[in-house]
Amino acid sequence: MSVQLEIISPEKLLLRKDVQMAVIPGAEGDIAAMPGHAPIMMMLRGGLVSLYEGGQIVEQYFISGGFADMTAERCTVLADEVKMLSEISIENARTRLAGLESSFANVAAEDISTQDTIARHIQAVRAEIEAAELLLNATRH
Amino acid sequence: MPSLKELRARIQGVKSQRKITSAMKMVAASKLRRFQMRAEASRPYAEAMRRMIAELAATVRSDGSQPLLMRGGPGKTHLLVMLTSDLGLAGGFNANLARLMASLVQDLESEGERVLILPLGRKGGDAMSRAFPDKVIERVAGTAGREVPFATAQSLGGTIETLLADGKVDRVTLVFNRFVNAMTQTPLALPLVPLAVPDNDNRADDAPQYEFEPEEDELLASLLPRNLQVQLYAALLESAAGEQGARMTAMDNATRNAGKAIDTLTQRYNRSRQANITTELIEIISGAEAV
Repeated sequence: MSVQLEIISPEKLLLRKDVQMAVIPGAEGDIAAMPGHAPIMMMLRGGLVSLYEGGQIVEQYFISGGFADMTAERCTVLADEVKMLSEISIENARTRLAGLESSFANVAAEDISTQDTIARHIQAVRAEIEAAELLLNATRH
Repeated sequence: MPSLKELRARIQGVKSQRKITSAMKMVAASKLRRFQMRAEASRPYAEAMRRMIAELAATVRSDGSQPLLMRGGPGKTHLLVMLTSDLGLAGGFNANLARLMASLVQDLESEGERVLILPLGRKGGDAMSRAFPDKVIERVAGTAGREVPFATAQSLGGTIETLLADGKVDRVTLVFNRFVNAMTQTPLALPLVPLAVPDNDNRADDAPQYEFEPEEDELLASLLPRNLQVQLYAALLESAAGEQGARMTAMDNATRNAGKAIDTLTQRYNRSRQANITTELIEIISGAEAV
């Protein structure tokens, strides 16, 4: 039994693969795509998409947010931006985080929608840094 | 009658023109292939997006609670977003679009709407600033025939959203060249806001009901801006492919015309050379006879 996982960015289809399970970062918590899952559409936050085979993570991708459409036999991830773990650079992400935080400080207090957007970006970049640190630790051990 | 020297210079000139046009044709052909591949690659995302919107729209009530991007504003201001190229030498690519714009403006105004124009690309910007200087609200830089990054669609989508949110425009139509094949591009007006909700055609009646996270309205509200960007991106790619196709055709014609011009000029050159030789021979012979 497997689900067909698709990871698609606006530019192209990045991955189409049958997996036993995939864990994707839903906006309200991680959710596992498995065969026979009830159909659900949801928003995604920045985080890792992990592909499982036999209870083990075999592949991971970082997405900066997006949407997912999940049914019993497939799971389509519409990612804003996809990065291979090897592509993530901590320094680069930290610089972007600093930039976002300073622009967040400059937004007028009444402008809630802009605040919201920037907050979401900050969250995504933080998740990116976390992912990179995770990878760094994993290679060190 | 031009002298032999002048003719030689002209033949040389047309020959180097032909070299340039045939090189431009080659470049356009390879760029065309690249844009076509990109357009192909961007289709799965658009397709999945369409499916999600169709599913969502069916569950969201069709009253005033719909997001602005779906139902449009209450007023009568119509924004025409025009996608053109930065570079010329592409046949009627930009001119055809300008003609469609003119007729659209006329139609909309006769229906009592106020028209605003947002041109992308230098050619369209110039044409619209000349034809409707009071209607152009902002000019957006094109991509100069290079890659079309998704960021271009994102920022254009952002501009449109801001205009809608500020109540400056109520309806949005995208005017661009639809890519049919390398020879043909059809100018097309595609309504963006209010959104024509796609039909959920291949959905079985007994398919299980979707759950949504967060609630339908909220999910739809965050999906729609992305959908707008995706539609713009697809149109930008089609327009870029169309531009290269039009340039390829135009340069192919120019190369062929240059070939014809070279033939005619060479024939004329040979005739006058022959005539000169004949005259010289007559002079020599009659000179020799006189002796």
